[in-house]
Amino acid sequence: MLTKEQIAKRIAKEVKDGFYVNLGIGIPTLVANYVRTDISVEFQSENGVLGMGPFPFEGEEDADIINAGKQTITTLPGASFFDSAFSFGMIRSQKVDLTILGAMEVAENGDIANWKIPGKMVKGMGGAMDLVASAENIIVAMMHVNKAGESKILKRCTLPLTGVGCVKKVVTELAVLEITPSGFKLLERAPGVTVEEIVKATEANLIIEGFIPEMDIS
Amino acid sequence: MIVKKVNSVAEALAGIQDGMTIMLGGFGLCGIPENAIAELVRLNVTQLTCISNNAGVDDFGLGLLLQKRQIKKMISSYVGENAEFERQMLSGELEVELTPQGTLAEKCRAAQAGIPAFYTPAGYGTEVAEGKEVKEFNGKMHILEHAYKADYSIVKAWKGDEAGNLIFKGTARNFNAPMAGAAKITIAEVEELVPAGTLDPNEIHIPGIMVQRIFQGETFEKRIEQRTVRPKNS
Repeated sequence: MLTKEQIAKRIAKEVKDGFYVNLGIGIPTLVANYVRTDISVEFQSENGVLGMGPFPFEGEEDADIINAGKQTITTLPGASFFDSAFSFGMIRSQKVDLTILGAMEVAENGDIANWKIPGKMVKGMGGAMDLVASAENIIVAMMHVNKAGESKILKRCTLPLTGVGCVKKVVTELAVLEITPSGFKLLERAPGVTVEEIVKATEANLIIEGFIPEMDIS
Repeated sequence: MIVKKVNSVAEALAGIQDGMTIMLGGFGLCGIPENAIAELVRLNVTQLTCISNNAGVDDFGLGLLLQKRQIKKMISSYVGENAEFERQMLSGELEVELTPQGTLAEKCRAAQAGIPAFYTPAGYGTEVAEGKEVKEFNGKMHILEHAYKADYSIVKAWKGDEAGNLIFKGTARNFNAPMAGAAKITIAEVEELVPAGTLDPNEIHIPGIMVQRIFQGETFEKRIEQRTVRPKNS
């Protein structure tokens, strides 16, 4: 079973040379720590920055330079700032190559729910609805089951949707799943986790073809 | 030159009344017009509809107006950091319209640009699309969204000049740029107000035509919501 850092490590392998990447809050933010250093990648934050760098050194933080999680950040050479309308313009027009975000539920038709639990939690969708409606390549980083032990990989989402038919890939502590026209296809399993254990933790049907390799999280 | 400079926040906010719709720039606490918000608290105008990406935190930003029950309705994309907000929303005291962030930005920009409505794919198939016109373009479904209509827009910039020209810093540009000129009257609060001719016209982010009143804020706390740092020796 993977740690959150290992999930981020595995997703980092999906980040290719020349990609502009938007990272959501939570596990997705960690992905930046594990991207190969020999490729050129720029991170976009929807509040208006391209070319995000690491957190600032103590004492060098600037209230005017933050990411979408409201954390203080730095910028790298080649960075730029822009306004929120422009930011979502580049997202809608698909200039951003890869979007990585968290979810409460993902369904086998590619639907995603991550912004509201009726009667319990209403924080708002932020930029998630815009991102999932427009991005061509969406990877979800999430835990396979919730705290009550229930699967978050479902035949149909039960929570209010964030977007429909948009998720392409899901990486959890147990598995890498691809969403195909016929549903979830099991691509890889976490080291030491069996296919049976993944099937047991998954409410949706899984397409399992041939040998399922272990994830590379080196 | 047409002079937009006013001498105080009180002069800048003249005319704001109960029941008005006000846009306020900022993302989280980054780039919020904090002097104008303090003045709104002092004026005690109530029944406001506020269009702002976030609702502040309990004791800063729009949280200060929420504490005094000055807001009737919030139009935002994310309201997660404010316990008082949550309480008022769940009890029904506060009306809330949650809008996808890019749609919120574009509804401001459309108002600024004189476009009454636009189609966007954001929110299609979700509860955001309920009751809205849907149309297919290039094989993809979109929903019709309308430009905001606001009485006042209050934005915050880094530098401004007497002519109302604005320059932003870092990610504090956020909603401040698309909200400038998106309401009947735009008020700009700046950290540094300089004489016309001081700022390079090539560097202006928002031209003064979008701004009716500009003033220099007295103090700026510029509170950081999530201070994240790494040790110097790493």
